[in-house]
Amino acid sequence: MAAGDRPSRLPRRLERVLRWAMPLGLVLVVLGLWELGVRWHDTPHYILPGPVLVARTLVADWHTLYPSLLVTLRVTFSALAVAVVGGVGLAVLFTLSRWIELSLFPFAVILQVTPIIAIAPLILIYVENTHLALLICAWIVAFFPILSNTTLGLNSADHNLVDLFRLYKASRWQMLRFLRLPSAMPYFLGGLRIAGGLALIGAIVAEFAAGTAGTGSGLAYRILEASYRLNIPRMFAALFLISMAGILIFLALTLLSHLLLRKWHESAVKRDG
Amino acid sequence: MRADTPSGATADALLELRGVSKTFPNGTVALDGLDLDVGRHELLCMLGPSGCGKSTALRLIAGLGEASAGRLAWPNGGSAGDIGFVFQEPTLMPWATVFDNVHLPLRLQGRGRRRAGEAVREALALVGLDDFAGAYPRELSGGMRMRVSIARALVTRPRLLLMDEPFAAVDEITRHRLNHDLLDLWQGQGWTVVFVTHSVYEAVFLASRVVVMSARPGRIVAGFEIAEPYPRDDAFRLSESYLHYCRQASAALQQAVG
Repeated sequence: MAAGDRPSRLPRRLERVLRWAMPLGLVLVVLGLWELGVRWHDTPHYILPGPVLVARTLVADWHTLYPSLLVTLRVTFSALAVAVVGGVGLAVLFTLSRWIELSLFPFAVILQVTPIIAIAPLILIYVENTHLALLICAWIVAFFPILSNTTLGLNSADHNLVDLFRLYKASRWQMLRFLRLPSAMPYFLGGLRIAGGLALIGAIVAEFAAGTAGTGSGLAYRILEASYRLNIPRMFAALFLISMAGILIFLALTLLSHLLLRKWHESAVKRDG
Repeated sequence: MRADTPSGATADALLELRGVSKTFPNGTVALDGLDLDVGRHELLCMLGPSGCGKSTALRLIAGLGEASAGRLAWPNGGSAGDIGFVFQEPTLMPWATVFDNVHLPLRLQGRGRRRAGEAVREALALVGLDDFAGAYPRELSGGMRMRVSIARALVTRPRLLLMDEPFAAVDEITRHRLNHDLLDLWQGQGWTVVFVTHSVYEAVFLASRVVVMSARPGRIVAGFEIAEPYPRDDAFRLSESYLHYCRQASAALQQAVG
């Protein structure tokens, strides 16, 4: 389409810059107003610290916050990895056998609909290893979106293509490998993006329930600890790290999804005009 | 023109259908006593109203389903394995390149990229898409996607090519071009083609023989040869004899819908 057809639109490059600059600018404005408000009213930092103080605390307490961040991330990623393997594996089993699906799907739903905060104390009682208990909690919430999305994807292969595979006497394995798995890819990746955020939430919630002290404790414990000591700036710093981790996980998984689908799937294909 | 006997039976039949019926589990009777011979090297067009069981017949021939009654025989040997199928839609895998889409039937037979490479390129050359091996389906026009679909059906060098209203979804100019190309290919390669369509004009232009099916439950109610020489070009579309055959086919179709 000729450029003359849409004179009202912004030039492409400017549009691209603005897409980043606008939200970033807004964040800066909000932070600025926050800092100004806190200074103007002389708000005590144990009620609401300004962003500058939070940033300073983040740097000063980095030696305690960073190891905690690593602990939380380790739980999150292990849970996500297990959820991917388990979710995709079970979804494949479901498509291979209707009976397995009918028997197991209700359990998956029960796990999904029961709030994790309600099961976490039980899991912490039954599983002695706290790290493992946290991992199980994070896994429970991350697992379902991957399972249900992948199952949906495996079953939504084009039925004409299924016929074509049957015409050429494709084995079950070939049908899975060349047709069902690629068809399920966009669905799986959609589930993975949801699961990434949920795994982090699951890990944090479980840590709150555990409330363990000592070495090897995650960011949620730092928040609990800071709240007992009324160290609100540190609470905010830990909170900031959790949000950043969540955003980065989401962005990384979005990028992964884009890279895998950009050649063919409608959701990732760039359109002109 | 009513044909109660199998119409146009040839001694050199590739495939015989005798009294083939198909009733679906929901009680729909799609086919009722279908008799049909498909001669070697013929381009047979099955013409019929929508929902008359044309596609069902094609699927039975392809082995995608069991007939409820009657039998299907390959008198001179061969089997459902020697079949290429072109669907109404291009039915391509969107995540795979043109090359990989055409490669699929050979890959399912255990022939890897390298061993199948030449056959795939040959099939692509036949449909004039040599330069698009690396393209993805979404980058192609509707007509080109259909060509890929045809190349995929040809890559195994099938003895019988089944086409289920393949050009129904493309625009008229593209359809005419694809019709011409199909005729060229058919003449050059000596295949047997069963082509299902609901268009009288397309059937008469393409076919060496036309059979007309009744409304559901489908049976063959008429059949006639199109005794016009190939190659057929656009001049044929304007000729008296073309019109004559079209009238004949329309009348038969009218009666079939009756």
